[in-house]
Amino acid sequence: MKAETMPQPARFALPAPLQGLTRRRLFWPCATLALLLIINGAFNPNFFSITVKNGHLYGALIDILNRAAPLMLVAVGMTPVIATRGIDISVGAVVAICGAVAASLIGGTLIIQNGTPVYVSQTPMVLALLIALGAGLLCGLWNGALVAGAGMQPIVATLILMVAGRGVAQLITEGQIITVYYEPFFIIGNGFLFGLPVSLYIVAAVALLMLLLVHRTALGLFIEAVGINPVAARFAGLNARRILIMVYAFCGLCAAIAGLIVASNVKSADGNNAGLLMELDAILAVTLGGTSLAGGRFSLAGSLIGALIIQSLTYAIYSLGVPPEINMVVKSVVVLTVCLMQSDSFRATLLQHLRREPR
Amino acid sequence: MSISRRCVLTLAGGLLLAATAGVQAADKKITLGFAQVGAESEWRTANTQSIKQSAKEAGITLKFSDAQQKQENQIKAIRSYIAQKVDVIAFSPVVESGWETVLQEAKAAKIPVILTDRAVSVKDDSLYVTFIGSDFVEEGRRAGKWLLDNYKGQGDVNIVELQGTVGSAPAIDRKNGFEEVIKAQPRFKIIRSQTGDFTRAKGKEVMEAFLKAEGKKINVLYAHNDDMAIGAIQAIEEAGLKPGKDIIIISIDAVKGAFEAMIAGKLNVTVECNPQLGPQLMEAAKAVVAGKQLPKRIVTKEGVFPMEVAAKEFPNRKY
Repeated sequence: MKAETMPQPARFALPAPLQGLTRRRLFWPCATLALLLIINGAFNPNFFSITVKNGHLYGALIDILNRAAPLMLVAVGMTPVIATRGIDISVGAVVAICGAVAASLIGGTLIIQNGTPVYVSQTPMVLALLIALGAGLLCGLWNGALVAGAGMQPIVATLILMVAGRGVAQLITEGQIITVYYEPFFIIGNGFLFGLPVSLYIVAAVALLMLLLVHRTALGLFIEAVGINPVAARFAGLNARRILIMVYAFCGLCAAIAGLIVASNVKSADGNNAGLLMELDAILAVTLGGTSLAGGRFSLAGSLIGALIIQSLTYAIYSLGVPPEINMVVKSVVVLTVCLMQSDSFRATLLQHLRREPR
Repeated sequence: MSISRRCVLTLAGGLLLAATAGVQAADKKITLGFAQVGAESEWRTANTQSIKQSAKEAGITLKFSDAQQKQENQIKAIRSYIAQKVDVIAFSPVVESGWETVLQEAKAAKIPVILTDRAVSVKDDSLYVTFIGSDFVEEGRRAGKWLLDNYKGQGDVNIVELQGTVGSAPAIDRKNGFEEVIKAQPRFKIIRSQTGDFTRAKGKEVMEAFLKAEGKKINVLYAHNDDMAIGAIQAIEEAGLKPGKDIIIISIDAVKGAFEAMIAGKLNVTVECNPQLGPQLMEAAKAVVAGKQLPKRIVTKEGVFPMEVAAKEFPNRKY
């Protein structure tokens, strides 16, 4: 009975052309992002200004894009996992492991020669990066094997690596912060290409590759099929197990790339703090982007926007001068509001109340 | 993968060494049982080295144990020291609470206990002789004092602050100490203060946002530890400003990275938070055995290292 009255209020609230827009899946994530940017701009007059400094673009918006890069990557990796009705809470630990592997292999020792500091790399950088990415892939395969092979619940299976992974990262760094002194490594997280951060190109490459795979091949359908009904998918002739292992491996690889960006950006690896709680931000980014945790349909673009929403929010907190003690409270209130606004039934109820009151 | 194996081996080797170190030498010297927290940070490993080294220099027999950040391991170690009838027990408590029983046992066995680096909360403070450690408020005051004494510019001074982890003792105390001192001159104003969680990544991220919001208005950066300052320095450079010149940078801890930054002229001063508690601990142990009265609180000897002395001091740094 309620279902009949629900769509009506929306019709009263918005003019007809906008109505179609609000039904689009990416409307609410985009609207939230725009709103957050406007709030940032209102409190910080320089927010939208982009200047050229040292031959590259410089400004708050560039910062947000650059800072959000690792989260965008992890969110892109997390999306197919969630679409298969799974979850990967080990990504933060994988970020730490891969950063640690790369940093400890490259290292770079500070030698002072005739008063001038000279830095040398310990392992050829390409090799070090490949080993780090391999480690991430291995972590992902491990998760996939536990979920698809051993049939464990995804949250439990990845919990193992979430806890153990930080220990592994600390073993690699020997509990210390490893500083990297080798300049070429800094390009990944600090470099600029045609005025834009290199990290953005990396995100774009990974996202495009995944979009092509999902939309130009049947892979997207397969992933959704496994998420909607794994048994039916198997009866339809899909190798659900292989698909599961693949999505977890991809997720691990994305986390590894994110780990390289994080380590490169601060020129050091910190086994304790790198990627800490990033799994939660990634899950949040995916859900803000409109992918349901119940599996099935997913939106990679939505996850990218979700990651940008989170970073814009963090940026707003820094630049608005929110006291640090209540950072988390502000963040959670905004997230709650966004989630409520994205819920169709909540909006309908709210509009219904608004419509009644004036009479 | 070979790296992690190497790490495990070195770690195991280190533990073995630590275990055998306690067994050597047994003439009629003072025996000190020390229960260390673990080896969780650069600071801590420097702390351990200092204690081992100064025990050797002071001719004290050291029995050393590593609790791997677990209270029950520390309690076990302390009980074994009581059973071995050492002359003095010292330890850095992993956590503040839950020490009454084991300290009572030490007291009953008439073995004096010295706390290092971290305090315990017990009702009966006769359970330990003294607490040797850093005074975080004083570190904040020193940072503030250096600023008041050395800032040369005229007019208002806009300070941005990178706080440590919200609610942690060093963050609260270093903030309070600094504010207390700069209050004396109203032209020094903290315009922005946000947490950087003691990490480089967060320090850099927050500083980027500060720079975009305040631009060239920022004169001084006060970071609650060196790592955040190192992150912020990168952000300042990327903004096309000169850290150490356009923005004066003050931080705390005096770890190696800070000295490298100072030698490069990018950090102005770091206030030491000294892990080298060894010599003071040995002195205190000798005094206790000799029956001397000790103050309940012994503050670590700590220096302030401005940029100018960094290159000279760098070879002496042990952490």
